[in-house]
Amino acid sequence: MKAGPSRTNRPDNTAFTQQRLPAWQPILSAGIVIPGFTLIGLAFIGVGVALFVTSQKITDLEIDYTGVAATSPCFKCTSFAAENCMCQMEFTLTTLFEGPVFFYYGLTSYYQNFRTYGVSKDGYQLSGDTYYFNNPQDSCAPYQYDSNNNPIVPCGSIANSMFSDTFQLYQVVNGMKKQVPLDGKGIAWWTDYNIKYSNPALVNGSFANAFSGTVKPVNWSKPVYELDPTDQANNGFLNQNFLVWMRQAALPKFQKLYGRIAEGDYAQGLPAGNYTLLINYSYPVISFGGTKKVVLSNVSWMGGKNQFLGIAYLVIGSLCIVMAMVMLIIYAKYKFTDDDEDM
Amino acid sequence: MLRRRLNRLFGGDEKRVDSRTIYVGNRPCPATETFIPPKFCDNRIVSSKYTIWNFLPKNLFEQFRRIANFYFLIIFLVQVIVDTPTSPVTSGLPLFFVITVTAIKQGYEDWLRHKADSEVNKYPVRVLEDGQPARKDSEKIKVGDIVEVVEDETFPCDLILLQSSRDDDTCFVTTASLDGESNHKTHYTVPDMEKDLQSLSATIECEQPQPDLYKFVGRMHIYKPEHDPAVRSLGPENLLLKGATLKNTKKIYGVAVYTGMETKMALNYQGKSQKRSAVEKSINAFLLVYLCILISKAVVCTTLKYVWQSQDGQDEPWYNQKTEKEKGTILYVKMFTDFLSFMVLFNFIIPVSMYVTVEMQKFLGSFFITWDRDFFDPEIEEGALVNTSDLNEELGQVEYVFTDKTGTLTQNNMEFIECCIDGFQYTAFSSELDSFCVTDGPVSTFQEKAGREKEELFLRALCLCHTVQVKEAGPDELGGDQVDGPASEPLRPAEQRGFIASSPDEVALVKGAMRYGFTFLGLESKTMKIKNWQNDVEEYELLHVLNFDPVRRRMSVIVRSKSGDTLLFCKGADSSIFPRVRPEEVERIRMHVQRSATEGYRTLCVAYKRLSVDEYAAADAGLREARLALQDREEKLMAVYNQVETAMSLIGATAVEDRLQEEAAQTMEALQGAGMKVWVLTGDKMETAKSTCYACRLFRRSTELLELTVRTLESGGRRREEMLHDLLFDFHRKAVQDAPPARAGVNRSWSSANPEYGFIVDGAALALVMNPSPDTNCSRYRSLFLQICQNCTAVLCCRMAPLQKAQIVKMVKNSKGSPITLSIGDGANDVSMILEAHVGIGVKGKEGRQAVRNSDYAIPKLKHLRKLLLAHGHLYYIRIAHLVQYFFYKNLCFILPQFLYQFFCGCSQQPLYDAAYLTMYNICFTSMPILAYSLLEQQIAIEVLLDNATLYRDIAKNAMLRWGPFLYWTVLAVFQGLIFFFGVKYLFSNPALQDNGQVFGNWSYGTIVFTVLVFTVTLKLALDTRHWTWINHFVIWGSLAFYVVFSFFWGGIIWPFLKQQRLYFVFFNMLSSVSAWLVIILLIVLSLLPDILLGVLRKPRGPHTQQMRRCLPSSGTSTIFVLSQTTSTHSFSWSD
Repeated sequence: MKAGPSRTNRPDNTAFTQQRLPAWQPILSAGIVIPGFTLIGLAFIGVGVALFVTSQKITDLEIDYTGVAATSPCFKCTSFAAENCMCQMEFTLTTLFEGPVFFYYGLTSYYQNFRTYGVSKDGYQLSGDTYYFNNPQDSCAPYQYDSNNNPIVPCGSIANSMFSDTFQLYQVVNGMKKQVPLDGKGIAWWTDYNIKYSNPALVNGSFANAFSGTVKPVNWSKPVYELDPTDQANNGFLNQNFLVWMRQAALPKFQKLYGRIAEGDYAQGLPAGNYTLLINYSYPVISFGGTKKVVLSNVSWMGGKNQFLGIAYLVIGSLCIVMAMVMLIIYAKYKFTDDDEDM
Repeated sequence: MLRRRLNRLFGGDEKRVDSRTIYVGNRPCPATETFIPPKFCDNRIVSSKYTIWNFLPKNLFEQFRRIANFYFLIIFLVQVIVDTPTSPVTSGLPLFFVITVTAIKQGYEDWLRHKADSEVNKYPVRVLEDGQPARKDSEKIKVGDIVEVVEDETFPCDLILLQSSRDDDTCFVTTASLDGESNHKTHYTVPDMEKDLQSLSATIECEQPQPDLYKFVGRMHIYKPEHDPAVRSLGPENLLLKGATLKNTKKIYGVAVYTGMETKMALNYQGKSQKRSAVEKSINAFLLVYLCILISKAVVCTTLKYVWQSQDGQDEPWYNQKTEKEKGTILYVKMFTDFLSFMVLFNFIIPVSMYVTVEMQKFLGSFFITWDRDFFDPEIEEGALVNTSDLNEELGQVEYVFTDKTGTLTQNNMEFIECCIDGFQYTAFSSELDSFCVTDGPVSTFQEKAGREKEELFLRALCLCHTVQVKEAGPDELGGDQVDGPASEPLRPAEQRGFIASSPDEVALVKGAMRYGFTFLGLESKTMKIKNWQNDVEEYELLHVLNFDPVRRRMSVIVRSKSGDTLLFCKGADSSIFPRVRPEEVERIRMHVQRSATEGYRTLCVAYKRLSVDEYAAADAGLREARLALQDREEKLMAVYNQVETAMSLIGATAVEDRLQEEAAQTMEALQGAGMKVWVLTGDKMETAKSTCYACRLFRRSTELLELTVRTLESGGRRREEMLHDLLFDFHRKAVQDAPPARAGVNRSWSSANPEYGFIVDGAALALVMNPSPDTNCSRYRSLFLQICQNCTAVLCCRMAPLQKAQIVKMVKNSKGSPITLSIGDGANDVSMILEAHVGIGVKGKEGRQAVRNSDYAIPKLKHLRKLLLAHGHLYYIRIAHLVQYFFYKNLCFILPQFLYQFFCGCSQQPLYDAAYLTMYNICFTSMPILAYSLLEQQIAIEVLLDNATLYRDIAKNAMLRWGPFLYWTVLAVFQGLIFFFGVKYLFSNPALQDNGQVFGNWSYGTIVFTVLVFTVTLKLALDTRHWTWINHFVIWGSLAFYVVFSFFWGGIIWPFLKQQRLYFVFFNMLSSVSAWLVIILLIVLSLLPDILLGVLRKPRGPHTQQMRRCLPSSGTSTIFVLSQTTSTHSFSWSD
């Protein structure tokens, strides 16, 4: 009688219910923190040095071709009247530009991260679902249907505003222009190219037929299935430049990969010499105060040239060391006073 | 719903008549010409809130009445209606989750209530119909039905007892389920009731239902064909309450007077007023700050957006044309929708999950109190009880402790110590009971001092003047008694004889008398039997019991002896007896009473009076008349009682010891060491209470006592008011003005350099202070009084009525700084102060369960208070404070980068993080570690907390949730938010982050920031965790792993239901970039650096422990020290 209720009423004597779970009770004492800081500091300085050196080794060359200044060769193309305007920028390399060289175009004050802009595309359409060819989603507005109420493929602001300047790079060798091959393959994410985006199935053996009943985006000169006349495979939604463009940039100043120089004579890089960049200038940026540029750069294991990481690591690494030293001094002082008190 | 119904009930009272008329058996009565069956509610108990039909709308309505839920609903609706950056799912899902969980919980609770209700409502009962019992469901009982109840059944509704199977027209019930008192209570049938209930024609007039369990007034008119209607008075002794159980009685019949929701039990099931903790108030204040931050962020962004758009070419660049709809909208509407959109984008700063987490923490955390084995008391085989989990953290914030004396500080385990008969003292006797079984002559310890007659009279008085019952072995014992003869059988178990009484004093007295040779054998059919020294059984007819009540502070019985004498025996507090006896008798006894009182004993004086026939007749008539009164019965009874209890002669006094609770002194010492001020509020007399205070070490020898009692007020021979004025100013000057300005008053110094003050006030003086005569300025007195009290280390308030206790608590509660108060008590008289204080603690004592039922926490013993406050309270406070601060912190650094991003996306409300991350951040990624922390953290080990009471002061005054720490956390969050955002931004100055030259987009940006964020806030918590159990390890590393796994999963699959596969392989690509790795590590380390630094430099707890070791002498020495103080003070007080 007595044992029964006592067993039921008495709380369980487990470590958990009695809040006596075995526990590790770390205390951030100076004895741990000072060596810890020193170690972190040293490691950071090491990484920082590596990053800094790597970044220093990376060469890059920026060529602004917006043409705002009247002296710029591309000034002529900035007026609205100019169509199919070509302009040439010339530059000289004094030393070998080590390869593989990556060819980027860059824009500033260009807000690819506008909210309304960013949602203005139809993911189903871009994955090749032909139902959405005829019925683009509302998010594509105002580039959902054209003025004749034909569905636009690919619809939406992002596709519509696709970067349209094209570039050709020539090395001037003995007064002769020798074209530097720009490889446009593999500049987009592998998953974008192979999984996320896909072209519609051929209709009657023709790629163009798959797009029948749709119109090209308003600002485009060519329909999506004729984007690259030189390479049939590089057309439709799987056009590499298109894929690169569709991945929105994070910030209003951005650069995107245009091609690589890794073939033929230029596999080792661009040799020293004079070069001409031929630009088919068609993309307007002056209306919103933007600039356009071309960036030639080689990359390392850390990506493109970026001093920030290396410097940040160095600064924080040395900060850690300094703090460790300051703490050591304070600690030593405290320690002595502690001893006094104990006595 | 119940409350509303009650309100309607009470609200309608004015319009209704004050009494209801019930037709017994629902038969028309001759007196009323037209029989209109009155309408009363049926006997259905509805404790459930919902039905199947109204559950959904009603529950939703109730939930959205909470301001937080309503806010999130609004946000959700805005998202649905307005074109906003995040889909409605992001806020809809958490809200839905919270609402569903709450609805399921409430629905389940309601289902349980439904089940319990239907169990009660469908319970079969027997109702007399045409003389035959018919089985019915309990819910079908109507008012006026005659119900049959058999032994061990509970009463289905409130019944007036008409007939009992017992010969003496009584029945026994226990009300254990109502008020926890397990003793058998005797209830009486309506006097002179006919046997044949079928032919009974009667009406009952009684008051409208009211919740007081112990009050009932009614009148029964019995109509007989040939007689005038007879009138019987009905009192609580005739009323059987629903919920009580019939005991020791085979069968009773009763007529239903209150049914269903009108029964006293149902009326008592009102929800207590919700107490809110100070932490909750802090949360609300912080919420307000964050709401301001949120709104200002939205305003800033909206303004910037339009400023920015006013620049050339930025409003509508060619690549981002507006839709027709956007062009058509009016500017101001557009601005407003933009504002709303920003609100939606930043609304995560006020997390819906915080409420859920806080509730869960409180709910789960309170289990640790119930589970604690240290709170288990093997005597009553119960542990602690948590009635509300909302106040856990309040236990760590207590500044004032109001404690009851009897049963709380003391054991309420009474032992008869000594008595004084006619001025001669009879001191304690040996505990060997055998020596008292002498059949002739007085017991040896009785030295012939008082006359033998007096001694016998005194002992008879002790044996007769009480309401004690003898515990019966079985229901048949009574019959056996009569057959066997009274003398032999009940004698044998005399020592083990169980006595049951509502007050332990009475048992002690009866037992005391038994030891002296007078044994109370029991009460049968209004006859009390006692066995005297000669082993003869004396029988007394019990005529009247003049009940004890705390205002009169005495009780009396009127008995008639065999010889025909009518005697009145009265016992009560000295203050209430002395004025009613002959003054010349008083002086002899007063000294003994005072001496006993200073020893800490409870004293009672015993007086008697021989009533002449005429006197008795008058008293009898007066009592009967008063009992019949429907209106003001209490007052009328009181008047008659006072009239009867006069001109008595004093026989003697008794002293009963109430031992201190175990470890009472250590507990009080610990509480004072923790900076709490302990006030003793007791109904007891000053001397007794004072000595208890000395014994509990609330007062010490060095304590200077300031007394504001009737005695000091009347000593000067002046008017009380003048004296009060002088004393108050005098004390104020002493205790407040002359006190050292440093106000280190809490810091109790052992060297006693500063004089300590103890303040004693009694009920009468308090009444003068609280309600002074109109010409004095009362608020001045009050504030003086309060200031004096606050500057004293201990305050003793004696002679307090229950309401005065609550008054004191309320006064302190509402004083400047609104300190947190705690009341602890065990009796019904403490309920008012338990309900009044911020935290009410009930001690599972001997005075029933009312205090426990009304308390927030109940503990078996006073000593448990120490651990409850010092360990549990401290830990809970730290935990919840950290939880709250951390929640605000993690959401600020969550949303700040999103806010900053607006400056780099043209203030276009572009979210930085993916919708899945926005939704899951608070639900999954960061919620579990903080919950585990807030349940398991022990920054300081429990043993250390218990040993060093001063640690409690570190968290006093809501120390961790004041604006200082809040600012620290906010600054930390801003710092980290800035680092997250700008660190990644500088990295993205060249978005080519992979060795293949490919570039990252905006979702990569957001994912990197988010990864840093999740890791930083989790590791920040890990840094704060001082107590790593396996659960902490599991949850902290588990949620980080979960984040990574989830991100792989979320980015690894083309989700068909998503319009845009924004995160597809973003996480993989991020991990394939060395730079991303490096920046994540860099930013995490950088964000945590200041915290680590501060943690090291602050040197937590180091100095405290040292200080403590130096401050506190070992408790062993102090015990001896204080004990010697106690005795010396007594001698002092005697020399006065």
